[in-house]
Amino acid sequence: MTTYYTNEHEWISVEGDIGTVGITAFAAEKLGDVVFVELPDAGRQVKKEGDMAVVESVKAASDVYAPVSGDVTEANSAIVDDPAKVNADPEGAGWFVKLKLSNTAELSGLMDKAAYDKFCAAQ
Amino acid sequence: MAEAPNTNEAMPLKKTPLHALHVRLGGRMVEFGGYDMPVQYPEGIMAEHNWTRTHAGLFDVSHMGPCFLVLPQLGGPDALEKISDIFEPLVCADVRGLKPGEQKLTLLLDDDGGILDDLMVARPYEEHREGMLYIVVNAGTKEADFARIAAHAGDRARLARADDHALLALQGPEAGAVMADIAPATAEMTFLQVRRVDVDGQSCLISRSGYTGEDGFEILFPPEKAEAFAERLLADPRVKPIGLGARDSLRLEAGMCLYGHDIDTTKSPIEASLAWTVSKARRERGDFPGAQRILKELKEGAHAKRVGIKPLGRAPAREGTEIQSADGVNIGVITSGGFGPTVNGPVAMGYVATSHAKTGTPLKLIVRGKALDAEVAALPFVPHKYKR
Repeated sequence: MTTYYTNEHEWISVEGDIGTVGITAFAAEKLGDVVFVELPDAGRQVKKEGDMAVVESVKAASDVYAPVSGDVTEANSAIVDDPAKVNADPEGAGWFVKLKLSNTAELSGLMDKAAYDKFCAAQ
Repeated sequence: MAEAPNTNEAMPLKKTPLHALHVRLGGRMVEFGGYDMPVQYPEGIMAEHNWTRTHAGLFDVSHMGPCFLVLPQLGGPDALEKISDIFEPLVCADVRGLKPGEQKLTLLLDDDGGILDDLMVARPYEEHREGMLYIVVNAGTKEADFARIAAHAGDRARLARADDHALLALQGPEAGAVMADIAPATAEMTFLQVRRVDVDGQSCLISRSGYTGEDGFEILFPPEKAEAFAERLLADPRVKPIGLGARDSLRLEAGMCLYGHDIDTTKSPIEASLAWTVSKARRERGDFPGAQRILKELKEGAHAKRVGIKPLGRAPAREGTEIQSADGVNIGVITSGGFGPTVNGPVAMGYVATSHAKTGTPLKLIVRGKALDAEVAALPFVPHKYKR
Protein backbone atom coordinates (compact mmCIF):
# COMPACT_ATOMS: atom_id res chain seq x y z
CA MET A 1 0.00 0.00 0.00
CA THR A 2 1.37 3.42 -0.98
CA THR A 3 0.11 6.79 0.21
CA TYR A 4 0.21 9.87 -2.01
CA TYR A 5 -0.54 13.52 -1.24
CA THR A 6 -1.94 16.47 -3.20
CA ASN A 7 -1.06 20.14 -2.89
CA GLU A 8 -4.72 20.67 -1.85
CA HIS A 9 -3.99 18.56 1.26
CA GLU A 10 -5.80 15.36 0.36
CA TRP A 11 -4.19 11.94 0.83
CA ILE A 12 -4.87 8.73 -1.06
CA SER A 13 -3.72 5.32 0.06
CA VAL A 14 -3.66 2.89 -2.87
CA GLU A 15 -3.73 -0.87 -3.03
CA GLY A 16 -4.12 -2.25 -6.56
CA ASP A 17 -6.72 0.01 -8.19
CA ILE A 18 -8.59 0.84 -4.95
CA GLY A 19 -7.71 4.03 -3.13
CA THR A 20 -8.83 5.37 0.27
CA VAL A 21 -9.05 9.18 0.32
CA GLY A 22 -9.09 11.73 3.15
CA ILE A 23 -7.74 15.10 4.20
CA THR A 24 -4.32 15.35 5.81
CA ALA A 25 -3.58 16.04 9.48
CA PHE A 26 -2.15 19.38 8.34
CA ALA A 27 -5.48 20.27 6.69
CA ALA A 28 -7.57 19.05 9.64
CA GLU A 29 -5.49 21.14 12.04
CA LYS A 30 -5.80 24.17 9.79
CA LEU A 31 -9.57 23.77 9.46
CA GLY A 32 -10.20 23.43 13.16
CA ASP A 33 -13.25 21.66 14.56
CA VAL A 34 -15.08 19.91 11.72
CA VAL A 35 -18.85 20.17 12.24
CA PHE A 36 -20.25 18.89 8.93
CA VAL A 37 -19.14 16.57 6.14
CA GLU A 38 -20.91 15.96 2.84
CA LEU A 39 -19.75 12.88 0.92
CA PRO A 40 -20.58 11.61 -2.57
CA ASP A 41 -22.79 8.54 -2.86
CA ALA A 42 -21.27 5.22 -3.85
CA GLY A 43 -21.30 4.90 -7.62
CA ARG A 44 -20.59 8.54 -8.34
CA GLN A 45 -17.79 9.27 -10.77
CA VAL A 46 -15.20 11.80 -9.70
CA LYS A 47 -12.57 13.51 -11.81
CA LYS A 48 -9.00 14.28 -10.75
CA GLU A 49 -9.03 17.73 -9.06
CA GLY A 50 -12.83 17.91 -9.37
CA ASP A 51 -15.23 18.46 -6.45
CA MET A 52 -15.61 15.31 -4.38
CA ALA A 53 -16.76 16.27 -0.86
CA VAL A 54 -17.42 19.25 1.40
CA VAL A 55 -16.03 19.73 4.88
CA GLU A 56 -17.21 22.51 7.17
CA SER A 57 -15.65 23.89 10.31
CA VAL A 58 -17.33 26.31 12.72
CA LYS A 59 -16.01 29.15 10.57
CA ALA A 60 -16.07 28.08 6.95
CA ALA A 61 -16.92 25.55 4.26
CA SER A 62 -14.15 23.97 2.19
CA ASP A 63 -14.27 21.82 -0.92
CA VAL A 64 -12.41 18.53 -0.97
CA TYR A 65 -11.13 17.53 -4.41
CA ALA A 66 -10.57 14.06 -5.83
CA PRO A 67 -6.81 13.33 -5.94
CA VAL A 68 -7.36 11.10 -9.00
CA SER A 69 -10.28 10.07 -11.21
CA GLY A 70 -12.44 7.09 -10.37
CA ASP A 71 -15.72 5.70 -9.12
CA VAL A 72 -16.74 6.07 -5.48
CA THR A 73 -17.19 2.57 -4.05
CA GLU A 74 -17.82 3.55 -0.43
CA ALA A 75 -18.37 6.70 1.63
CA ASN A 76 -17.40 6.80 5.31
CA SER A 77 -20.77 7.38 7.00
CA ALA A 78 -19.00 7.41 10.40
CA ILE A 79 -17.62 10.92 9.74
CA VAL A 80 -21.01 12.13 8.53
CA ASP A 81 -22.57 10.99 11.82
CA ASP A 82 -19.64 12.25 13.91
CA PRO A 83 -17.63 14.91 12.02
CA ALA A 84 -15.23 15.28 14.99
CA LYS A 85 -13.66 11.98 13.83
CA VAL A 86 -12.00 13.93 11.02
CA ASN A 87 -10.02 15.95 13.58
CA ALA A 88 -9.39 12.99 15.86
CA ASP A 89 -7.84 10.73 13.20
CA PRO A 90 -7.70 12.47 9.80
CA GLU A 91 -5.34 9.98 8.16
CA GLY A 92 -7.02 6.90 9.68
CA ALA A 93 -10.60 6.45 10.91
CA GLY A 94 -11.46 9.90 9.54
CA TRP A 95 -11.14 8.79 5.86
CA PHE A 96 -13.71 10.19 3.41
CA VAL A 97 -14.28 7.76 0.53
CA LYS A 98 -12.91 4.70 -1.24
CA LEU A 99 -12.36 5.04 -4.99
CA LYS A 100 -11.89 2.55 -7.79
CA LEU A 101 -9.22 4.33 -9.80
CA SER A 102 -9.91 4.73 -13.51
CA ASN A 103 -6.36 5.72 -14.41
CA THR A 104 -3.57 4.73 -12.01
CA ALA A 105 -1.12 6.74 -14.13
CA GLU A 106 -2.60 9.89 -12.52
CA LEU A 107 -0.86 8.91 -9.26
CA SER A 108 2.53 9.80 -10.70
CA GLY A 109 1.71 13.51 -10.47
CA LEU A 110 1.13 13.34 -6.69
CA MET A 111 3.62 13.80 -3.83
CA ASP A 112 5.07 11.19 -1.52
CA LYS A 113 5.19 11.72 2.25
CA ALA A 114 8.63 13.39 2.26
CA ALA A 115 7.69 15.80 -0.55
CA TYR A 116 4.36 16.62 1.10
CA ASP A 117 5.97 17.34 4.49
CA LYS A 118 8.36 19.69 2.74
CA PHE A 119 5.43 21.31 0.92
CA CYS A 120 3.60 21.90 4.24
CA ALA A 121 6.68 23.29 5.94
CA ALA A 122 6.84 25.93 3.21
CA GLN A 123 3.16 26.95 3.65
CA MET B 1 -9.31 20.94 -0.46
CA ALA B 2 -9.56 24.68 -0.67
CA GLU B 3 -10.72 27.27 1.77
CA ALA B 4 -12.53 30.42 0.76
CA PRO B 5 -9.91 32.91 -0.44
CA ASN B 6 -8.64 35.30 2.19
CA THR B 7 -8.67 38.78 0.73
CA ASN B 8 -5.63 40.50 2.08
CA GLU B 9 -5.16 44.20 1.72
CA ALA B 10 -1.82 45.73 0.91
CA MET B 11 -2.01 47.93 4.03
CA PRO B 12 0.24 46.79 6.88
CA LEU B 13 -1.87 45.39 9.68
CA LYS B 14 -2.26 47.27 12.93
CA LYS B 15 -1.50 45.59 16.24
CA THR B 16 -3.37 45.88 19.52
CA PRO B 17 -1.51 46.36 22.84
CA LEU B 18 -2.04 42.62 23.43
CA HIS B 19 -0.57 41.43 20.13
CA ALA B 20 2.59 39.95 21.63
CA LEU B 21 0.51 38.11 24.23
CA HIS B 22 -1.69 36.54 21.51
CA VAL B 23 1.36 35.29 19.67
CA ARG B 24 2.86 33.92 22.90
CA LEU B 25 -0.42 32.13 23.68
CA GLY B 26 -0.31 30.43 20.27
CA GLY B 27 -3.07 32.51 18.70
CA ARG B 28 -3.71 31.93 15.01
CA MET B 29 -3.49 35.46 13.67
CA VAL B 30 -5.70 36.77 10.86
CA GLU B 31 -6.65 40.14 9.44
CA PHE B 32 -9.80 41.66 10.95
CA GLY B 33 -10.86 45.29 10.61
CA GLY B 34 -7.32 46.25 9.62
CA TYR B 35 -5.77 44.55 12.67
CA ASP B 36 -3.74 41.37 13.09
CA MET B 37 -6.06 39.47 15.47
CA PRO B 38 -6.28 35.96 16.95
CA VAL B 39 -9.09 33.97 15.30
CA GLN B 40 -8.44 31.14 17.75
CA TYR B 41 -5.93 29.73 20.23
CA PRO B 42 -4.64 26.13 20.25
CA GLU B 43 -7.77 24.70 21.93
CA GLY B 44 -9.90 25.77 18.99
CA ILE B 45 -13.16 27.62 18.38
CA MET B 46 -15.47 24.91 19.72
CA ALA B 47 -13.65 24.57 23.08
CA GLU B 48 -13.32 28.36 23.38
CA HIS B 49 -17.01 28.88 22.67
CA ASN B 50 -18.06 26.26 25.22
CA TRP B 51 -15.62 27.63 27.82
CA THR B 52 -17.17 31.09 27.51
CA ARG B 53 -20.68 29.69 27.96
CA THR B 54 -19.65 27.76 31.10
CA HIS B 55 -16.77 29.74 32.70
CA ALA B 56 -15.19 33.03 31.61
CA GLY B 57 -13.56 33.95 28.31
CA LEU B 58 -11.13 36.82 27.79
CA PHE B 59 -11.39 38.59 24.41
CA ASP B 60 -9.14 41.28 23.00
CA VAL B 61 -11.49 43.76 21.34
CA SER B 62 -8.97 46.60 21.20
CA HIS B 63 -9.48 46.82 17.43
CA MET B 64 -12.84 48.45 18.10
CA GLY B 65 -13.31 52.19 18.36
CA PRO B 66 -13.72 53.50 21.90
CA CYS B 67 -13.82 57.30 22.12
CA PHE B 68 -15.15 60.15 24.22
CA LEU B 69 -17.23 63.07 23.01
CA VAL B 70 -16.39 65.86 25.41
CA LEU B 71 -17.78 69.36 25.99
CA PRO B 72 -15.17 72.12 26.46
CA GLN B 73 -16.41 72.43 30.03
CA LEU B 74 -17.63 69.44 32.04
CA GLY B 75 -20.14 69.44 34.86
CA GLY B 76 -22.94 71.87 35.56
CA PRO B 77 -26.71 71.57 35.30
CA ASP B 78 -26.97 71.81 31.49
CA ALA B 79 -23.98 69.62 30.50
CA LEU B 80 -26.13 66.56 29.71
CA GLU B 81 -28.50 68.67 27.61
CA LYS B 82 -25.62 70.20 25.70
CA ILE B 83 -23.85 66.95 24.87
CA SER B 84 -27.19 65.30 23.99
CA ASP B 85 -28.02 68.18 21.65
CA ILE B 86 -24.75 67.46 19.84
CA PHE B 87 -24.92 63.66 19.65
CA GLU B 88 -28.63 62.89 19.34
CA PRO B 89 -29.01 64.23 15.76
CA LEU B 90 -26.69 61.42 14.61
CA VAL B 91 -28.42 58.48 16.32
CA CYS B 92 -31.85 57.16 17.36
CA ALA B 93 -31.21 56.84 21.11
CA ASP B 94 -32.68 59.02 23.83
CA VAL B 95 -29.26 60.19 25.02
CA ARG B 96 -30.66 62.78 27.44
CA GLY B 97 -32.80 60.01 28.93
CA LEU B 98 -29.76 57.94 29.97
CA LYS B 99 -29.34 57.47 33.70
CA PRO B 100 -25.96 58.29 35.25
CA GLY B 101 -23.58 55.46 34.27
CA GLU B 102 -26.08 53.88 31.86
CA GLN B 103 -24.99 52.37 28.54
CA LYS B 104 -27.18 51.70 25.49
CA LEU B 105 -26.89 50.16 22.06
CA THR B 106 -27.75 52.71 19.41
CA LEU B 107 -27.43 53.17 15.66
CA LEU B 108 -25.58 55.79 13.68
CA LEU B 109 -28.00 56.56 10.84
CA ASP B 110 -27.70 58.26 7.47
CA ASP B 111 -30.31 60.73 6.21
CA ASP B 112 -32.28 57.90 4.56
CA GLY B 113 -32.40 55.89 7.79
CA GLY B 114 -29.71 53.44 6.62
CA ILE B 115 -27.46 52.04 9.34
CA LEU B 116 -23.94 53.51 9.22
CA ASP B 117 -22.90 51.63 12.35
CA ASP B 118 -24.15 50.12 15.58
CA LEU B 119 -22.46 51.49 18.65
CA MET B 120 -22.59 51.64 22.44
CA VAL B 121 -23.09 55.00 24.11
CA ALA B 122 -22.84 55.69 27.84
CA ARG B 123 -23.37 58.64 30.15
CA PRO B 124 -20.75 59.07 32.89
CA TYR B 125 -21.69 58.06 36.41
CA GLU B 126 -19.91 60.93 38.12
CA GLU B 127 -21.53 64.37 38.17
CA HIS B 128 -18.25 66.17 37.57
CA ARG B 129 -17.84 64.26 34.28
CA GLU B 130 -21.29 65.21 32.99
CA GLY B 131 -21.07 66.55 29.46
CA MET B 132 -18.98 63.65 28.20
CA LEU B 133 -20.18 60.51 26.40
CA TYR B 134 -18.32 57.20 26.21
CA ILE B 135 -18.86 55.74 22.74
CA VAL B 136 -17.64 52.43 21.30
CA VAL B 137 -17.96 51.95 17.53
CA ASN B 138 -16.96 49.07 15.25
CA ALA B 139 -13.41 48.49 14.03
CA GLY B 140 -14.17 48.57 10.32
CA THR B 141 -16.20 51.76 10.51
CA LYS B 142 -14.32 53.72 13.15
CA GLU B 143 -12.45 56.14 10.88
CA ALA B 144 -15.66 57.16 9.11
CA ASP B 145 -17.65 57.25 12.37
CA PHE B 146 -15.08 59.37 14.20
CA ALA B 147 -14.87 61.77 11.26
CA ARG B 148 -18.67 62.03 11.08
CA ILE B 149 -19.09 62.63 14.81
CA ALA B 150 -16.21 65.13 15.00
CA ALA B 151 -17.43 67.07 11.94
CA HIS B 152 -20.94 67.22 13.32
CA ALA B 153 -19.73 68.39 16.74
CA GLY B 154 -17.52 71.09 15.24
CA ASP B 155 -16.16 73.29 18.00
CA ARG B 156 -19.02 72.47 20.36
CA ALA B 157 -17.36 69.26 21.58
CA ARG B 158 -14.10 67.40 21.09
CA LEU B 159 -13.86 63.79 19.98
CA ALA B 160 -11.07 62.10 21.94
CA ARG B 161 -10.11 58.75 20.46
CA ALA B 162 -9.26 56.02 22.93
CA ASP B 163 -8.53 53.31 20.39
CA ASP B 164 -4.86 53.32 21.36
CA HIS B 165 -6.07 51.74 24.61
CA ALA B 166 -6.69 48.07 25.22
CA LEU B 167 -10.33 47.05 25.27
CA LEU B 168 -10.78 43.67 26.92
CA ALA B 169 -14.00 41.72 27.21
CA LEU B 170 -14.46 39.19 29.99
CA GLN B 171 -17.57 37.15 29.25
CA GLY B 172 -19.30 34.16 30.77
CA PRO B 173 -21.16 32.99 33.88
CA GLU B 174 -17.99 33.22 36.02
CA ALA B 175 -16.95 36.66 34.73
CA GLY B 176 -18.73 38.41 37.62
CA ALA B 177 -16.91 36.38 40.28
CA VAL B 178 -13.53 36.82 38.55
CA MET B 179 -13.93 40.59 38.34
CA ALA B 180 -15.25 40.85 41.90
CA ASP B 181 -11.99 39.30 43.13
CA ILE B 182 -9.90 41.86 41.24
CA ALA B 183 -12.15 44.91 41.49
CA PRO B 184 -14.78 44.47 44.25
CA ALA B 185 -16.68 47.57 43.10
CA THR B 186 -17.78 45.72 39.95
CA ALA B 187 -19.93 43.34 42.05
CA GLU B 188 -22.52 46.11 42.42
CA MET B 189 -22.77 46.71 38.68
CA THR B 190 -25.70 45.39 36.65
CA PHE B 191 -26.19 44.91 32.90
CA LEU B 192 -25.50 48.07 30.85
CA GLN B 193 -23.92 50.02 33.68
CA VAL B 194 -20.62 51.83 33.27
CA ARG B 195 -18.31 52.73 36.13
CA ARG B 196 -14.82 54.08 36.58
CA VAL B 197 -13.15 51.46 38.78
CA ASP B 198 -9.71 51.09 40.36
CA VAL B 199 -7.84 47.95 39.42
CA ASP B 200 -4.52 47.70 41.30
CA GLY B 201 -4.49 51.48 41.68
CA GLN B 202 -5.15 51.90 37.95
CA SER B 203 -8.36 53.74 37.15
CA CYS B 204 -10.15 52.13 34.20
CA LEU B 205 -13.56 52.34 32.59
CA ILE B 206 -15.68 49.21 32.90
CA SER B 207 -19.06 48.44 31.37
CA ARG B 208 -21.16 45.42 32.25
CA SER B 209 -21.96 44.42 28.70
CA GLY B 210 -20.62 42.41 25.81
CA TYR B 211 -21.25 40.56 22.58
CA THR B 212 -21.88 36.97 23.66
CA GLY B 213 -25.28 37.00 25.40
CA GLU B 214 -23.51 36.09 28.65
CA ASP B 215 -22.94 38.23 31.73
CA GLY B 216 -19.64 40.04 31.46
CA PHE B 217 -17.60 43.20 31.20
CA GLU B 218 -15.73 45.35 28.73
CA ILE B 219 -12.71 47.03 30.26
CA LEU B 220 -10.91 50.02 28.76
CA PHE B 221 -7.31 49.85 29.97
CA PRO B 222 -4.19 52.00 29.34
CA PRO B 223 -2.08 50.31 26.67
CA GLU B 224 1.20 50.11 28.56
CA LYS B 225 -0.36 48.19 31.45
CA ALA B 226 -2.83 46.11 29.46
CA GLU B 227 -0.70 43.01 28.98
CA ALA B 228 0.00 42.68 32.71
CA PHE B 229 -3.72 43.08 33.40
CA ALA B 230 -4.66 40.48 30.77
CA GLU B 231 -2.11 38.06 32.23
CA ARG B 232 -3.50 38.63 35.68
CA LEU B 233 -6.98 37.72 34.42
CA LEU B 234 -5.60 34.68 32.58
CA ALA B 235 -3.83 33.49 35.75
CA ASP B 236 -7.30 32.82 37.17
CA PRO B 237 -8.18 29.18 36.37
CA ARG B 238 -11.73 30.27 35.48
CA VAL B 239 -10.42 32.42 32.58
CA LYS B 240 -9.15 31.35 29.15
CA PRO B 241 -8.27 33.46 26.09
CA ILE B 242 -10.91 33.40 23.35
CA GLY B 243 -10.41 34.34 19.70
CA LEU B 244 -12.59 36.08 17.15
CA GLY B 245 -13.90 32.77 15.79
CA ALA B 246 -15.73 31.93 19.01
CA ARG B 247 -16.72 35.59 19.41
CA ASP B 248 -18.60 35.24 16.11
CA SER B 249 -20.33 31.94 16.98
CA LEU B 250 -21.26 33.29 20.44
CA ARG B 251 -22.80 36.51 19.10
CA LEU B 252 -24.64 34.61 16.35
CA GLU B 253 -26.25 32.28 18.92
CA ALA B 254 -27.08 35.41 20.95
CA GLY B 255 -28.88 36.86 17.89
CA MET B 256 -26.62 39.92 17.69
CA CYS B 257 -25.79 41.71 14.46
CA LEU B 258 -22.34 41.89 12.88
CA TYR B 259 -21.95 45.23 11.13
CA GLY B 260 -21.20 44.94 7.41
CA HIS B 261 -22.92 41.57 7.30
CA ASP B 262 -26.29 41.65 9.12
CA ILE B 263 -26.65 45.41 8.96
CA ASP B 264 -25.33 48.15 6.68
CA THR B 265 -26.53 51.33 4.98
CA THR B 266 -29.00 49.35 2.82
CA LYS B 267 -30.95 48.34 5.96
CA SER B 268 -33.16 50.45 8.21
CA PRO B 269 -33.49 49.78 11.95
CA ILE B 270 -36.99 48.41 11.32
CA GLU B 271 -35.86 45.98 8.62
CA ALA B 272 -33.01 44.95 10.92
CA SER B 273 -35.48 44.13 13.73
CA LEU B 274 -33.76 46.80 15.80
CA ALA B 275 -36.88 48.96 16.24
CA TRP B 276 -36.29 48.73 20.00
CA THR B 277 -33.23 50.95 19.59
CA VAL B 278 -35.47 53.76 18.28
CA SER B 279 -36.44 55.17 21.66
CA LYS B 280 -39.95 56.32 22.48
CA ALA B 281 -38.87 59.89 23.15
CA ARG B 282 -37.16 60.13 19.78
CA ARG B 283 -40.17 58.62 17.98
CA GLU B 284 -42.37 61.26 19.54
CA ARG B 285 -39.98 64.04 18.56
CA GLY B 286 -39.28 62.50 15.13
CA ASP B 287 -35.91 64.23 15.12
CA PHE B 288 -33.45 61.46 14.18
CA PRO B 289 -31.85 60.87 10.76
CA GLY B 290 -34.20 59.11 8.36
CA ALA B 291 -37.13 59.69 10.73
CA GLN B 292 -39.63 60.02 7.90
CA ARG B 293 -38.87 56.56 6.51
CA ILE B 294 -38.34 54.90 9.87
CA LEU B 295 -41.55 56.23 11.40
CA LYS B 296 -43.44 55.14 8.28
CA GLU B 297 -41.94 51.63 8.54
CA LEU B 298 -42.78 51.52 12.25
CA LYS B 299 -46.40 52.21 11.37
CA GLU B 300 -46.79 50.17 8.21
CA GLY B 301 -44.02 47.62 8.54
CA ALA B 302 -41.03 47.14 6.24
CA HIS B 303 -40.96 44.83 3.21
CA ALA B 304 -38.22 42.65 4.65
CA LYS B 305 -37.15 41.73 8.13
CA ARG B 306 -34.10 40.24 9.87
CA VAL B 307 -35.02 36.92 11.49
CA GLY B 308 -33.33 33.90 13.03
CA ILE B 309 -33.12 30.91 10.72
CA LYS B 310 -32.70 27.33 11.87
CA PRO B 311 -31.55 24.86 9.22
CA LEU B 312 -33.33 21.61 10.10
CA GLY B 313 -30.51 19.33 8.95
CA ARG B 314 -26.84 19.32 9.92
CA ALA B 315 -25.44 21.42 7.07
CA PRO B 316 -24.57 25.02 7.96
CA ALA B 317 -25.90 27.71 5.61
CA ARG B 318 -23.37 30.50 5.23
CA GLU B 319 -23.61 34.22 4.50
CA GLY B 320 -24.99 34.79 0.99
CA THR B 321 -27.16 31.67 0.92
CA GLU B 322 -30.41 32.20 -0.99
CA ILE B 323 -33.61 31.79 1.03
CA GLN B 324 -36.75 30.50 -0.67
CA SER B 325 -40.31 30.08 0.53
CA ALA B 326 -41.63 26.51 0.88
CA ASP B 327 -42.98 26.82 -2.69
CA GLY B 328 -39.61 27.82 -4.12
CA VAL B 329 -39.86 31.61 -4.50
CA ASN B 330 -36.76 33.66 -3.67
CA ILE B 331 -37.63 35.66 -0.54
CA GLY B 332 -34.30 36.63 0.94
CA VAL B 333 -30.70 35.92 1.85
CA ILE B 334 -28.67 34.72 4.82
CA THR B 335 -26.39 37.39 6.30
CA SER B 336 -24.69 35.32 9.03
CA GLY B 337 -24.62 31.57 9.27
CA GLY B 338 -22.54 28.86 10.76
CA PHE B 339 -22.44 26.22 13.43
CA GLY B 340 -23.63 27.00 16.94
CA PRO B 341 -21.67 24.89 19.42
CA THR B 342 -24.15 25.49 22.28
CA VAL B 343 -27.13 24.79 20.02
CA ASN B 344 -25.08 21.85 18.69
CA GLY B 345 -26.28 22.48 15.17
CA PRO B 346 -26.34 25.02 12.39
CA VAL B 347 -27.75 28.49 13.11
CA ALA B 348 -28.19 31.52 10.89
CA MET B 349 -29.86 34.87 10.51
CA GLY B 350 -30.94 36.73 7.44
CA TYR B 351 -33.56 38.85 5.77
CA VAL B 352 -36.85 37.44 4.52
CA ALA B 353 -39.97 39.03 3.05
CA THR B 354 -42.09 40.20 5.99
CA SER B 355 -44.86 37.87 4.77
CA HIS B 356 -42.53 34.96 5.71
CA ALA B 357 -41.03 36.35 8.91
CA LYS B 358 -43.24 34.62 11.47
CA THR B 359 -41.47 32.16 13.77
CA GLY B 360 -41.96 28.62 12.52
CA THR B 361 -42.46 29.58 8.85
CA PRO B 362 -40.93 26.83 6.70
CA LEU B 363 -38.10 27.94 4.38
CA LYS B 364 -35.73 26.41 1.84
CA LEU B 365 -32.04 27.30 1.85
CA ILE B 366 -30.14 26.82 -1.40
CA VAL B 367 -26.82 25.26 -0.36
CA ARG B 368 -24.55 23.96 -3.14
CA GLY B 369 -27.51 23.74 -5.48
CA LYS B 370 -29.71 21.78 -3.10
CA ALA B 371 -32.80 23.10 -1.31
CA LEU B 372 -32.38 22.34 2.40
CA ASP B 373 -35.26 22.56 4.87
CA ALA B 374 -35.17 25.35 7.45
CA GLU B 375 -37.56 27.48 9.44
CA VAL B 376 -37.82 30.96 10.88
CA ALA B 377 -36.59 30.77 14.49
CA ALA B 378 -36.96 33.11 17.43
CA LEU B 379 -33.81 35.02 18.40
CA PRO B 380 -31.71 34.52 20.42
CA PHE B 381 -30.91 30.87 19.80
CA VAL B 382 -29.34 30.72 23.28
CA PRO B 383 -31.07 32.71 26.06
CA HIS B 384 -29.25 35.82 27.28
CA LYS B 385 -27.96 35.59 30.84
CA TYR B 386 -27.37 39.18 31.86
CA LYS B 387 -27.09 40.36 35.45
CA ARG B 388 -30.15 42.57 35.83
